[in-house]
Amino acid sequence: MSETILSVRNLTANVDGIPILKGVNLDIKAGEVHAIMGRNGSGKSTLSKVIAGHPDYEVTGGEIIYQGRNLTDLEPNERANSGIFLAFQYPLAIPGVSNLDFMRVAYNAKRKYQGLEEIDTFDFEDLIEEKLEVVKMKSSFLERSLNEGFSGGEKKRNEILQMALLDPTLTILDEIDSGLDIDALRIVSDGVNQLRTPEKALLVITHYQRLLDYIEPDFVHVMQEGKIVTSGGKELALELESRGYDFLDDKSGDKSTVGVGV
Amino acid sequence: MAVQIPSTTVPKVSEGGVVEDIFFTALLQQCQVNQAAPQWLKDIRQQSKSWLSRLSVPTKKDEDWRFIDLSSLTTGKFVTVGAVRPKGLLKDTASHIASRPKGYRSAYREAPLPETENSRLVFINGIYNDELSNITGLPQGIYVGSLANLPNDYDAAQYFAQQPGADAFTALNTAGGDDVAVVWVNKNVVVDTPIHLIFITNSGQETGFTQPRTLVVAETGSCITLMEEYIGTGEYFTNAVTEIFVQGNSRVHHTRLQQESDRSYHIGKTAVAQERDSHYTINEINLGAKLCRHNPEVWQQGEQTETNLNGLVVATGEQISDTHSIIALSKPHGTTNQLHKCIVSDRAHAVFNGKVFVTKEAQLTDATQLNRNLMLSPKARVDTKPELQITADNVKCAHGATVSQLEAEEIFYLRSRGLSEDDANQLLIDAFAAEIIDRLPLKSLRNSITQTIEQKVKH
Repeated sequence: MSETILSVRNLTANVDGIPILKGVNLDIKAGEVHAIMGRNGSGKSTLSKVIAGHPDYEVTGGEIIYQGRNLTDLEPNERANSGIFLAFQYPLAIPGVSNLDFMRVAYNAKRKYQGLEEIDTFDFEDLIEEKLEVVKMKSSFLERSLNEGFSGGEKKRNEILQMALLDPTLTILDEIDSGLDIDALRIVSDGVNQLRTPEKALLVITHYQRLLDYIEPDFVHVMQEGKIVTSGGKELALELESRGYDFLDDKSGDKSTVGVGV
Repeated sequence: MAVQIPSTTVPKVSEGGVVEDIFFTALLQQCQVNQAAPQWLKDIRQQSKSWLSRLSVPTKKDEDWRFIDLSSLTTGKFVTVGAVRPKGLLKDTASHIASRPKGYRSAYREAPLPETENSRLVFINGIYNDELSNITGLPQGIYVGSLANLPNDYDAAQYFAQQPGADAFTALNTAGGDDVAVVWVNKNVVVDTPIHLIFITNSGQETGFTQPRTLVVAETGSCITLMEEYIGTGEYFTNAVTEIFVQGNSRVHHTRLQQESDRSYHIGKTAVAQERDSHYTINEINLGAKLCRHNPEVWQQGEQTETNLNGLVVATGEQISDTHSIIALSKPHGTTNQLHKCIVSDRAHAVFNGKVFVTKEAQLTDATQLNRNLMLSPKARVDTKPELQITADNVKCAHGATVSQLEAEEIFYLRSRGLSEDDANQLLIDAFAAEIIDRLPLKSLRNSITQTIEQKVKH
């Protein structure tokens, strides 16, 4: 049996005192791809930020166990350095920080955390050059400021480039497909698929089924009002696509569906 | 309403005529008249002296000085300090800078900018120092040296103290100054090597007073890169004036570094007159001094001139750093770009007032002005006052000011990639500063300034 990478138990969380997550349960094992779908405001992105340790989100109950370790008390950077990677729905643009320097600093932060020696500029350039292939990016992207003036697709590819570089155990893709045209979606998904291994796990958060044609999930969960209300195989995504989220409203009163099926 | 350009900088004469200002009088008494100076210079100094005798120290009641309190300066007793033993001075200053508690250590300080090793003039306590200066790397067609040694065929009298926008501190410098650094580039001469002017104040146990003065003439079609630097140790008052004449079709790229001692006062004027088709760019970095006031003033006097004013202020502790700039356009097709950035932490205080005057004749002007402030502490203070005065009717002018803190979302993004909170903050501060630092001409300088700022803002 594969190792459990992430185990979320009865997780509740607030933003500004308002409960957003209201008891989330989720288990992800090595080698698995899980998708979380749901309407806007259902708590999908909140779950991803809580796992990554965003300081604005207050965990009020339950626990997040990552590789046997309770994450709740870890700083966001400690979580990142121990192998959790969140690809942002809206990657931030930071003028004045070169993409290359940013990636080198991030890479070396992880090496330092692992007790390894930091690598120098030249070795890093060789390393990143290889990774560029994964998302078909030109090295000229590295010279630019982090995400500044990047198109939507370029920003998302840049996220996957960071994923390729940081080699995470658990990757959370928060609406990586939003605003992408089909070519960019293909490049991004190809990149993600190249990075899949039996030791790693993937949590894909999306609003649309289309992404799941490219990154095939083993499990699909649907979130509604801060909980996972139904789970199933990849066919659940197709059902949602054809019937819309409205059919959930009929089920929402039915507590027995909570946490079903995984 | 007609735009009257220089009026704002002419200081008020005290009502009732002659009321000698104690502060200025005391300082002037310190200044020795250089008997060897040419008559025209003695005349100008005398004129300034008599003008100054009718002026008083500006106070918060003066619009241009209302944000800062000069009383700690004007109640101080300062004495001029003469030449000191130059041996090991750069190194002493370096190690002193290195030992500052707030951290000012910068790699190049032990050997100032290797790129300017052979194109450097050093003034100590306002006096030219031959031993530390070296200009063997400069080509024919440029004079770099003390005014006292300027060959007779250069007519310095035509330029010295001939800029508009006089004020009391400039008059004090003109009246009581001693030596003058001169950089004079002949017609059509292009100088690639940066010319580095270093003004060091080292007043020992005294509370010193120095008045560096620089005259730059870039003749028609010439091109130079100028670096002006102020450093020092101890408690002192620097009153610096630099005049730059940028003649037709010439280019001057100017860097001004103010890294004075953190117990010092620095008041500086950079007055620039531009003829037609000329380009002038200044990148100023203000890191030092307990109280710093700099007045960059650019007078566009010909068509199609271009001016770029970029500034970076980093104020920490109790520092006060005030920049009052003027860009005056009086002919058509002028361009000006101004970007002034301040990083303010602890209980420090940064002030920006940028005036852009566009007279009726200055049609088709393209002017932008932006002041951006990054506040790192709730006790820090910023006063900003961008100001456009336009009478021409066919121009493109934009200005603005922002005050912000480090963005929590940006910090989280960086931390989610493994950076510690401190490293994330530092990266964002560096990024804010980089927009100005990246415009500095030498890589070693960019690196050392970046390092200096990192250590300065680190708590």
